[in-house]
Amino acid sequence: MGVLKISRELITRMISHALDEYPLEACGLLGGDAELAKEVYPARNDAASARVYTLNPLDHLKADRAAEATGHEIIGVYHSHTHSEAYPSQTDVAQAPDPSWHYVLVSLKRTQPVVRSYRIVAGTIVEEDVVEL
Amino acid sequence: MAVEIRIPTVLRPAVAGQSVVKAEGGTIGELLGSLAREYPAIAGQVIGSDGAMHRFVNIYLNDDDVRYLGKLDTKVAEGDVVSILPAVAGGSD
Ligand SMILES: [Zn+2]
Repeated sequence: MGVLKISRELITRMISHALDEYPLEACGLLGGDAELAKEVYPARNDAASARVYTLNPLDHLKADRAAEATGHEIIGVYHSHTHSEAYPSQTDVAQAPDPSWHYVLVSLKRTQPVVRSYRIVAGTIVEEDVVEL
Repeated sequence: MAVEIRIPTVLRPAVAGQSVVKAEGGTIGELLGSLAREYPAIAGQVIGSDGAMHRFVNIYLNDDDVRYLGKLDTKVAEGDVVSILPAVAGGSD
């Protein structure tokens, strides 16, 4: 089973971003090294939608450069589900860009936000532990 | 003229694990053509069989999306950096 190691501060930043964008879906990238997240890079959702997201490619490019400048790389993506569970949708699976990435979901369905992380490899979803540092 | 092409993690297995490769060409299309000749495994991953850019790939010339420049005909010059990025999208449906 995989694992995503991430600080409470970074988790809080993803949740804050998701709440800021509500009712639209928020998205962003995780920088780090393999299973260790070191940074989150909030990005614009070009779809500006409550149901889908398209991560702004220029924000992706900037995040990629920022990660590289600190000796890391992009290791995953996060996005919010405003009215559904923190579980990848069929769309998320169909469009998952990289089998080595962590796919973090922030659900705002309930009063208390829920954050979970997954691997998506060849169409198969496997949840992984989120270990707070 | 050789131009640097930055390769995203998902495509690195196709280019012997490298994060940056150099390729020859005067346009984005020529660069990707010479990249595909050197690394055949990347051929179908960036350019489709119809000869156009895959819609699930974004290609940047320095800070500009080549879709808004000349697409594959966009000219490149010495010192330019080309970045290939996977399109990142999804939803809750
Ligand atoms: Zn989703």
